[in-house]
Amino acid sequence: MKTAGEKLKREPLVHISKRAALPFWKSWLIRILSIVASLVVCAVIIVLFTGDNPFAIYGTMIKGAVGTSRRVWNLMQNVAMLLCVSLAVTPAFKMRFWNIGAEGQVLMGGLATAACMILFGNKLPPALLMLVIIAASILAGAIWALIPAIFKAFWNTNETLFTLMMNYIAMQIVAYFVYIWSVPKGSGKIGVINATTNAGWLPSIGHNSYLLNIIIVAVLTVLVYVYLKYSKHGYEISVVGESENTAKYIGINVKKVIIRTMLLSGALCGVAGLLLVSGTDHTITRDTAGGRGFTAIMVSWLAKFNPLYMVLTALLIAFMQKGATEISTVFGLNDSFSDIITGIIIFFIIGSEFFINYAVKFRSHKEVEAK
Amino acid sequence: MEKTPAIALKNITKVFGKIVANKNVSLTVYNHEILSILGENGSGKTTLMNMISGIYHPDEGQIFIGGKEASIQSPRDAYRYKIGMIHQHFKLVDVFGATENIILGIEDGRYDPKTAQRTIMATCEKYGFEIDFSKKIYQMSVSEKQTVEIVKALYRGADILILDEPTAVLTPQEIQKLFAVLRRMRDDGKAIIIITHKLNEVMEISDRVSVLRKGEYVGTINTAEANESILTEMMVGQKVSLNIERTDPKNIEKRLVLTNVSVNSNDGRPILKNVNFTAYAGEILGIAGISGSGQKELLESIAGLQQLRSGSIIYFNPKTGREEDLRDKTPLQIKNLGVRLSFVPEDRLGMGLVGSMSIIDNMMLRSYREGKSVFVRRKEPHDLADRIIDELQVVTPDAQTPVRRLSGGNVQKVLVGREIAASPTVLMVAYPVRGLDINSSYLIYNLLTKQKESGVAVIFVGEDLDVLTELCDRILVISGGVVTGIVDGRSATKEELGLLMTKAKHTEEEGTK
Repeated sequence: MKTAGEKLKREPLVHISKRAALPFWKSWLIRILSIVASLVVCAVIIVLFTGDNPFAIYGTMIKGAVGTSRRVWNLMQNVAMLLCVSLAVTPAFKMRFWNIGAEGQVLMGGLATAACMILFGNKLPPALLMLVIIAASILAGAIWALIPAIFKAFWNTNETLFTLMMNYIAMQIVAYFVYIWSVPKGSGKIGVINATTNAGWLPSIGHNSYLLNIIIVAVLTVLVYVYLKYSKHGYEISVVGESENTAKYIGINVKKVIIRTMLLSGALCGVAGLLLVSGTDHTITRDTAGGRGFTAIMVSWLAKFNPLYMVLTALLIAFMQKGATEISTVFGLNDSFSDIITGIIIFFIIGSEFFINYAVKFRSHKEVEAK
Repeated sequence: MEKTPAIALKNITKVFGKIVANKNVSLTVYNHEILSILGENGSGKTTLMNMISGIYHPDEGQIFIGGKEASIQSPRDAYRYKIGMIHQHFKLVDVFGATENIILGIEDGRYDPKTAQRTIMATCEKYGFEIDFSKKIYQMSVSEKQTVEIVKALYRGADILILDEPTAVLTPQEIQKLFAVLRRMRDDGKAIIIITHKLNEVMEISDRVSVLRKGEYVGTINTAEANESILTEMMVGQKVSLNIERTDPKNIEKRLVLTNVSVNSNDGRPILKNVNFTAYAGEILGIAGISGSGQKELLESIAGLQQLRSGSIIYFNPKTGREEDLRDKTPLQIKNLGVRLSFVPEDRLGMGLVGSMSIIDNMMLRSYREGKSVFVRRKEPHDLADRIIDELQVVTPDAQTPVRRLSGGNVQKVLVGREIAASPTVLMVAYPVRGLDINSSYLIYNLLTKQKESGVAVIFVGEDLDVLTELCDRILVISGGVVTGIVDGRSATKEELGLLMTKAKHTEEEGTK
């Protein structure tokens, strides 16, 4: 029974369908293949635009990131800082609350740390000073996250815009205080705070000043993982994120969960600010957060909000950034060139998720011939 | 008046997987005519119309337009054949005005809203439409949006107009206005198809009525020769015996009393109007009604998910003997009062379960708060999941599988199983067998009967009248948010229920305004 309609039917050339779950090894094979493919594409671009040997460039990238033990420590420190901010944004994202204000929350935490170091630095005993710094930085980050959370919970404002705008406010506040506290007056820079007394500095373990930062972040990673996976709060976050209707149906107070989770997110950002100011830079500028608030979003998403995988994604991105900076200096390439390479590799990694979730089938020849 | 066939369907069949949505449907619509298509939920009305408007393609059968065979592959093709469909949910761009929406998507090479607006105004004048061109869509009322949709179809030259439940969202006055323009369009020679299940409107507006039942074409009858009971009989058909085991209620006692419960929608439309009923422990109370008559809001009011405008919901606690008013309480407050309420909502994955979570984690939804620990315990939920998979024969690789990966019937078993496992005193279920095969359906019916026998007050919202009359002890019928009757389940007939379901209470609607 052939009708006119059936004759007119056209099969699309490419058919995309959702896959059932892939086995673990297969999804990782796709991811690894995508990184290999991205390196090939990068190699082509390197040859086309610079004429340099792509393998030399890759070699330099690796050397730049992990070439010397100082560089390895530097890389670890960078991974730790990026990971810390990523841990902070993860509970919010898991709740489908688009917190893109981590940058501002980190800055406020850093500003609170710097304020305590400057104002109480030589007046309080070191232990007490440290406690005050910890409390102040956590509080500052939490408050900066609490404001958009309250507006979201009670008036359903758009949290994306709200948190983004809070970043700019935080930057201006920091700029203002940098001016007030600048040393010497009017220079527009604070410089190293308490350089002689080291008051309010995070203590260094042995010779390495970054080791404590790394340990703190490692502990936080495990805590956030356990919190999200095994605690009642973590369970509520998942339910609210997946379906607000279900949350209401089983009697979860959605407003409370939003506010509580954002307080946590902001508090962790505050800790990141503390580690950056008191544990790393010992000063504050408008750029202290260094874009980590945004890069962290990528780290968190790539790892599908799993804090343990985030160690890997943070390492990958920090590695790429270090390596890219290195090639721009060694080969005298423009800074943008390293960004191009980083961009291509990340594009492929994100793109691989599509092939993990969907099967792409081409129209088979049989059907074409049948026409 | 000359009457020529505008569109004719011959032996149309459409199958979705195993479900036959339309089977051998043949019908003809003439110019200068309004045809009603009448049928219960799931009788295949909308599927049929979607095939005419190019959204689906029939598996078998032919469509003739103006006497010639037509192949409608897309909504664009439908417009070429001068067919315009007005969907139940409007497809308009909110931030545009009427003119922009009407000319949107017409590819004639120029964009000239001024000339277009003049043409539109001429059309409006001809048929008596009223459009405020200064308003954006989001500023318009539902009725104004509908007008824009109809004019949009006419502007594209539609001669055959299909309206899917056009009166569902209108007030009685707006319905009269709509009917007036429909009559004028008919007199102008257009062929008009209205999908509806309101008998009084069928009688009022249409020239002929075609009836569908469970996907099959029952027949066409001239409205002048029809009356409401003939149409009801065509719509619901002969009684089918299902042999559900129904035991007599024992130890009946008051469990839940609703008094004058009224609920408004967010935009202020009344959805429930002065609902009164009592649910008893040890019986199954059925709720019958056309979908969207307020069943969802009724159950959600009891579960603490709807804001009541007035009325009270009193729960009689069998343990303490106390009476608790559930009004203005959140689900958690209700639970903390010791009210053991289980609720299987209509929207399984959107409300009852979390699609991306495993069966185990979904089991925890009800119980995860138990205990003082800050951590969740997954052992008991795991045991429960295994038990439900075993007892209800849930087809799944394991208890770790996300429920989204399960088929509809298995999702439903997981949800019903969990709700019953909470050993409720009141069990509310909405369309629990929708999408299930016969065996699974009986499994659910037997579970509900068992619950009733153990002294639970069961409230069952259903759509199949055969099931309602065989399963329930009493049946409450709701129409347009008004309880139109509570009948005995053992003596009620489908015709009686069908009439109550389609009974409109215009006088009461006026009264509550």
